[in-house]
Amino acid sequence: MTVLEKTEQEAAAEVPPRRRRTTGWLLTVGMAVGLLVLVPVAAGIGAYPIPVADVLASVQHKVGLGGHELDRVAESVLWNVRFPRIVLALLVGASLGCAGALMQGVFGNPLAEPGTIGVSVGAAVGAVASISLGLSFFGNWTLPAMAFAAGLGTVLLVYGMSRSGGRTEVVTLILTGIAVNAFCGALVGLFIFLADTAAVNQITFWQLGSLSQATWERVLAVLPCAAIGLLLAPLYSRRLDLLALGDRPARHLGVDVERLRIVLILVVALLTAAAVSVAGVIGFVGLVVPHLLRMAAGPGHRFLVPGSALGGAVVLLGADLAARTMAAPAELPLGVLTALLGSPFFFWLLRRTRRKQGGWA
Amino acid sequence: MRLLRPRPTPPSPAEPGDVLAAAEALHVRLGSRVVLHGVSVAARAGEVLALVGPNGAGKSTLLGALAGDLPVAEGGVRIHGRPASEWSAPELALRRAVLPQSAELSFPFTVEEVVRMGRAPWAAIGAEEDDAAVAEAMARAEVTAFAGRPFSALSGGERARVALARVLAQRASLLLLDEPTAALDLKHQELVLRLCRERARAGDAVVVVLHDLGLAAAYAHRVAILRAGKVAADGPPDEVFSDRLLSEVYDQEVEVLPHPRTGAVLVTPKRDS
Repeated sequence: MTVLEKTEQEAAAEVPPRRRRTTGWLLTVGMAVGLLVLVPVAAGIGAYPIPVADVLASVQHKVGLGGHELDRVAESVLWNVRFPRIVLALLVGASLGCAGALMQGVFGNPLAEPGTIGVSVGAAVGAVASISLGLSFFGNWTLPAMAFAAGLGTVLLVYGMSRSGGRTEVVTLILTGIAVNAFCGALVGLFIFLADTAAVNQITFWQLGSLSQATWERVLAVLPCAAIGLLLAPLYSRRLDLLALGDRPARHLGVDVERLRIVLILVVALLTAAAVSVAGVIGFVGLVVPHLLRMAAGPGHRFLVPGSALGGAVVLLGADLAARTMAAPAELPLGVLTALLGSPFFFWLLRRTRRKQGGWA
Repeated sequence: MRLLRPRPTPPSPAEPGDVLAAAEALHVRLGSRVVLHGVSVAARAGEVLALVGPNGAGKSTLLGALAGDLPVAEGGVRIHGRPASEWSAPELALRRAVLPQSAELSFPFTVEEVVRMGRAPWAAIGAEEDDAAVAEAMARAEVTAFAGRPFSALSGGERARVALARVLAQRASLLLLDEPTAALDLKHQELVLRLCRERARAGDAVVVVLHDLGLAAAYAHRVAILRAGKVAADGPPDEVFSDRLLSEVYDQEVEVLPHPRTGAVLVTPKRDS
């Protein structure tokens, strides 16, 4: 073997993972910058426009770093309407993106996502039940708690039904998703039937997926779920990588597979509940964001899990901004918008997989 | 989470001849079927032990049991001297590496990333030779040339060698290989079994499931012939491989003859010509 060949081999050995790592860093920085730009812009745009400079000045004033207070209306719009909504969009987007990445890893299946396999609708049943029946045993946290319980039940159901012999076949997973979506859809319908008119309005609106009723109370209501989920998820990245080898090989490498799955299913249920309980069913964020990031920076979960949270936050903030400005003064439902944009992506993914590997077996 | 768990204890080095894995009068039940009836075998440091036998004889099940994967119905499995069930998953991972029959991967990790996964058990105790171990394992299994390619783009034989490299990178002193040669061409079959001999010479215990009796005769120190969940014979290949026994076990006339030049054991089915 000549020296040249050897260096070429070494180059082939080392460049791609390193390039992937660089891509990962670039994407992280890019998304963080995107977020820093998008937040003040989103805070300024709306029926009552506020210049970005004023937004920044008001924020500076609030945290005691100079700046100045705005007039009362602007201050109130900014801090009681826009910022809670932005924070909610970030929390919901991060939760959905992260939940998508985790689910795909846990199921070893790139189509798994809270929306497609019915976990979102499952969580929605819990939330609708609490609105319809007027439950309030946990005060402000009743709705998220109900959404969590119902969401957890649904993930366990889907998990139990679609796995056999340590593997999840795509067809079984998707069919289970269809069945779960249908059943939970019917339950939601039943609760709407049982609800009074005010509750019906609230439910329908929320079913379309929207952040328009954002308040700081709502932010506080979902913050525990979202924060716990988002903080726990990255701890399991390395073990998720090993899970890609299959259950047994992962065990052979020291992963306590059953325990890992149960913890991650709990985390997914927490994140989905956080998103669904405030924003309704918002599909495709958890599918599209991890997919795009995986294509760009490889499947390593140490980047993918936090990256999908960050990416989800950016995407949902952007989508919400579009939803409330495109048809102003009316507002498009956010869930409708993400589905409009996300479904074609799904089509494209199907076509691409068919072309490359003849479809999913 | 990690703070709550005790660190796995690193393995102590094995002396040649130490029994690193042993099945003792082992019975294993899969579903309602009893697959192993009272099997006793021992894998010793410094030895290659080949498990051979017809399809369905229980070779892979025995390998799985020696890996600590399967629940034991009766009898026992010891790994590094302790009952398999007493080890935690991270501790086992420092002591035995397993090559599964087929290598699968859910996401398009590159070859190098896959091999590096073999180092995961050592992350918990902070071993530092990761890069060296990965590079050496890739060189041994001859996969360095496509280290940067995604695993999903490889042929079956290439995948099998990558999986082997991952197992080598784990640097466990007990290697359990389930049909490592099934997807490989002639040259790479020889490569893999030479590697097994090398690992044994370096002091590891190697257990390998083989279908090719010629390979088993040429490379194994000891062979265990399984038939219907029992050990039909266990010993050095030139002692246990006989026309009569093999013909009976495989239900097919088999000839065992010395190689005309080297005198080594050759095994071939009897064909009418």
